[in-house]
Amino acid sequence: MDFQVVVLAGGTSKNLVPLVSKELPKALLPVANRPVLSYVLELLELSNLKDLIVVAEGKDVALRIGSWISGAYDDRLRVEVTSVPEDVGTAGALRAIARHLTANDILVVSGDLVSDVSPGAVAAAHRRHDAVVTAMLCSVPVSGSSESGSTGGKDKTKKAVVHNVVGLDPTKQFLLYIATGAEIEKDYKIQKSILRAVGQMDIRTDLMDAYMYAFRRSALQEVLDQKDTFRSLRQDVLPYLVRSQLRSEVVLNRTPQAEENGNEKVSSHKIQALISQILSNSSTTSFHDLYAYGANGSILVRKTHKCCVYIPPSSKYCARLFSIQAYSDINRDVIGEASHLSGYSFSAQNNIIHPSAQLGSKTTVGPHCMLGEGSQMGDKCSVKRSVIGQHCRIGSNVKIANSVVMDHVTIGDGCSIQGSVICSNVQLQERAVLRDCQIGAGFVVTAACEYKGEALARKEK
Amino acid sequence: MVAQRKGASRVSEDPEELARVSLQAVLLADSFTTKFHPITLERPKVLLPLVNVPMINYTLSWLESAGVEEVFVFCCANSKQVIDYLENSEWVSLPDFAVTTIESHNSVSAGDALRLIYERNVIHGDFVLITGDTISNMSLRRALQEHKERKKKDSNAVMTMVVKRSKPSPITHQSRLGTDELFMAIDPNTKQLVYYEDKADNSKGIIHLDKSLLMDNPSMSLRNDMQDCYIDICSPEVLSLFTDNFDYQHLRRHFVKGLLLDDIMGYKIYTHEICSSYAARIDNYRSYDTVSKDIIQRWTYPLVPDVKFFGNSAYKLERQGMYRASEILQARSAQVGPFTVIGDNSKIGGNTKITNSIIGQGCSIGSNVTIEGSYIWDNVTIEDGCKLSHAIVCDGVIIKSGAELEPGVILSFKVIVGDQFVVPSYSKVSLFQQPTNQDSDEELEYADNSSGIVEFAGTTDKSSSEQSKSLEMQGWPASELGNGGIGYVWSICEGSVEEEWRHSVAPIPSNKFEKALQAADDELELTQDSNVLPTSGELKSDSNFSDGDDNEDSRDDSIHFEKEVEATFLRAVHENIKVDNVILEVNSLRLSYNKVAADCAGAIFYSLMKFAYDSPHGSSSELLQNTTNIITKWKKLLKYYLADMDEEIEVILKFEEMCLESAKEFTPHFTKILCHLYDQEIIQEDAILRWDDEKKEADDSDKLFVKQAEKFIEWLRVASEEEEEEEEEEEEEE
Repeated sequence: MDFQVVVLAGGTSKNLVPLVSKELPKALLPVANRPVLSYVLELLELSNLKDLIVVAEGKDVALRIGSWISGAYDDRLRVEVTSVPEDVGTAGALRAIARHLTANDILVVSGDLVSDVSPGAVAAAHRRHDAVVTAMLCSVPVSGSSESGSTGGKDKTKKAVVHNVVGLDPTKQFLLYIATGAEIEKDYKIQKSILRAVGQMDIRTDLMDAYMYAFRRSALQEVLDQKDTFRSLRQDVLPYLVRSQLRSEVVLNRTPQAEENGNEKVSSHKIQALISQILSNSSTTSFHDLYAYGANGSILVRKTHKCCVYIPPSSKYCARLFSIQAYSDINRDVIGEASHLSGYSFSAQNNIIHPSAQLGSKTTVGPHCMLGEGSQMGDKCSVKRSVIGQHCRIGSNVKIANSVVMDHVTIGDGCSIQGSVICSNVQLQERAVLRDCQIGAGFVVTAACEYKGEALARKEK
Repeated sequence: MVAQRKGASRVSEDPEELARVSLQAVLLADSFTTKFHPITLERPKVLLPLVNVPMINYTLSWLESAGVEEVFVFCCANSKQVIDYLENSEWVSLPDFAVTTIESHNSVSAGDALRLIYERNVIHGDFVLITGDTISNMSLRRALQEHKERKKKDSNAVMTMVVKRSKPSPITHQSRLGTDELFMAIDPNTKQLVYYEDKADNSKGIIHLDKSLLMDNPSMSLRNDMQDCYIDICSPEVLSLFTDNFDYQHLRRHFVKGLLLDDIMGYKIYTHEICSSYAARIDNYRSYDTVSKDIIQRWTYPLVPDVKFFGNSAYKLERQGMYRASEILQARSAQVGPFTVIGDNSKIGGNTKITNSIIGQGCSIGSNVTIEGSYIWDNVTIEDGCKLSHAIVCDGVIIKSGAELEPGVILSFKVIVGDQFVVPSYSKVSLFQQPTNQDSDEELEYADNSSGIVEFAGTTDKSSSEQSKSLEMQGWPASELGNGGIGYVWSICEGSVEEEWRHSVAPIPSNKFEKALQAADDELELTQDSNVLPTSGELKSDSNFSDGDDNEDSRDDSIHFEKEVEATFLRAVHENIKVDNVILEVNSLRLSYNKVAADCAGAIFYSLMKFAYDSPHGSSSELLQNTTNIITKWKKLLKYYLADMDEEIEVILKFEEMCLESAKEFTPHFTKILCHLYDQEIIQEDAILRWDDEKKEADDSDKLFVKQAEKFIEWLRVASEEEEEEEEEEEEEE
């Protein structure tokens, strides 16, 4: 496959403070005890896409990611890790690595995607339609807010609606409209010309942009060169391509030269072929072709390009780690419903307990749980639907539910942790009670403290 | 008659019983528009012949076959003619099908009509609302059933609209019926109608959908390929809604849009899509042409000329879609092409060519006549050598020899076209003079119509021969229709000259087509230009790859706010406005932008510094001097907004930001100005210390100014601990 893959690994996302830090960029946040980036890399590996460019924001981040990848995937993937300055945006990142891009088509994947949708399917859809861009849209995960939404679950579902507003053609193959970012909050403005050309546009709010795009390289680079104010792929480049699809400004490298010279024979022949295609009810013709040749077959070559979508079947899992809520949800899903993603084999109790982990007497670890290497638990503890990292020391009478505990965490006796995320090297002293909290790395929670819905982090000196 | 019905049809109002109430229909025998002028001045639209049968017969036949048992025909313009016609027709004598007329002289819109029907209290259950110019062969059963089921579940589902797929031309933006393109948004699951725009404003290439529409429905389907059939199944509430909202006039523009926008009452409209059956409304001349052709081509079966339904005489269908009545005198050399209808007792002369046309009864057509795509009604005389193309010729017209009708001509009743005269394209000719008060604006049509129509209704009731005689005697301006011609050529009202071709019977001329194509292209360009987000890239804070949030809006707002404050401040400086008044103004800005005191403090400080920076200064020290002077002068203003430490910190941060970005010249003076702010008691030491604390965690690049002010801060710390040591102050300052 002549596809080059760019993985946008990002930097230290503000949305994920206090989970991320300089030492732990977003791409390396553990999801079920392995970095989130590994999910994307393994997904790509499955589709036999082994030549990757991983783009990170900032040199430090790039170094950390690079050293992790070389350790973990040295023999399996050919990865080039490059760094771009912070604040250049996703479009800027691609601009910065433009000279590395040589293939006809570029697959851009976000490093925070946790999914089992094959990138090959996106690439195939892209090729099938000879599209300029193909985006993967997946149904918004329903599981997200149903359980963990202890605080304002209703708000969360409302929020989930506003991921993306997309307009699709009736065959659900072409992207006709997309509203992203701030546009979502406003009223929707739909171009009549596109609607006229298609006739019917289905507007959906239940689809999420999974941030996996296939771009035609020539078109992408042209847009990036010409529109130097574009910063984001999702908010600038993609909407621009969608908007201008009936009046293309990007040069289509595949347009035969003969047509440009006004060789009427060729185009009239093409029209005839097109008409016969329509008459034979062939399904491959898209409205773009019809539009390009005018209503009554008059020779009227308009430049159009196609923006396609790939919508995986709803049974596929697809989520992005862009918020703390998403982090908890993904962790829970990966050891729960979407357990096939974790890459571990589950025990009969439907959980994963590393053989080196030690459990005290009367300690129960429920289903959909994970206990990492070398972790110790005291007596009479209970763990439900939680992930516990490596080498944690957990005292007695500790309750952990719906939480993520990273590595090297010390938890004193009688602590209760619910719906929280606890980063590595945190110390919880006895009888601390946490509910819906995020505790940054290295923080010390003093004995018998109670916190609810707070983000705590160590002050950096 | 109405009064009788009222009593007779009173049925029990028990909801269980309602299901068995006979199906009623309201047929509006008036379109309340002037699209068929001048013909409709003399004869109501529903009685105009469509393939030689008055339109209303198609509608009534369909209603009867669809199981409607009682029809209320609402007549307004030329009501007498409609009532007379119905009373003398077979419709009144049918068993199981009651046709009742309701007459009104002062209704100017469909809304008025429905209000009147509500007052009559004749509708007891769900009813079909239809206009008398609708041709259909659909079965109502499914639609009715759906409507009833929805109604049972949700009493707010008051109407079901019948729609049919038909893609308008992307170039001319109108459907094949000549109606404007229609944009609808339909919920694909429930089929609820959520958006309706028929009078599309073509200047705007963008549809605005309210975001609240999608709050309730996760998906909706935006359709441009649907055609409104104007067949509605309504619940009785519809009538009362018209009464409640006395300003509803138009069924679609006011009623449908009104319901869609009104979210208080929560009334809902649903759609029913028909696929294989036919339904269309004759709205203008183009749809007259289209529907006529559909009838000839049998899309409306069984409502076709060779099947006997009410009010038509038998035709025989010959090959190639030629319908001929039994008594026709046709010269041997006459050529009658495919898809033509020729009525009873018509005579066709030698060498005459007729294609794609409909000829009524009792017409006499001379020899060497060419008729193409035209509609010739009854008793028309066409003399030798005439040429007609795409024209409508009403009853009793005489076209003298050698005359020619260019495409799109409408000749109203009894017009005479003189010898050799060429009637130019799109002319409308009538014996009546064009009403002078005619307004091209459709909104006003309702009012115009009624007055005009009532007036003319009086005259047409006279014996028409008498009338034409009297008109003849007035003497006609010979020039208007040539030698011996009679009739006024209506001037096309201004503004619609351009649009005339859209609604004409004549096909769209190719040059118009090209123009429209060009316009469509231009529009596309235009929408794209206006669509490109203004400097989107610069404002969007998308520093983290892919983070969902975007605070572009608030950024924008703050920038505006700052600008406004700065302008206010500059005005104050130049016009010597009192500080108190400036505070008032800034406060009002703060309210309108929904800002907090800290924002104000930041903005004012920014304005002060900007002012100092912009005022002429030779050297760097002069700038410092300027700045300290200005700060001292406007201390009171700044102080007003510094109630709290947070605001003071905001000012310091602002200062920092300025030094880094917009006014780098301040950089060397940072500490001095900070010190000055402290001296003037604008900023308290606590704020400075706190600022220092906050910065401790920041990057080195952020600490630039903390480092610069290090000594000052240190001094402050010491000072706060040992309050007495004053000597050190000088030491540190140097």
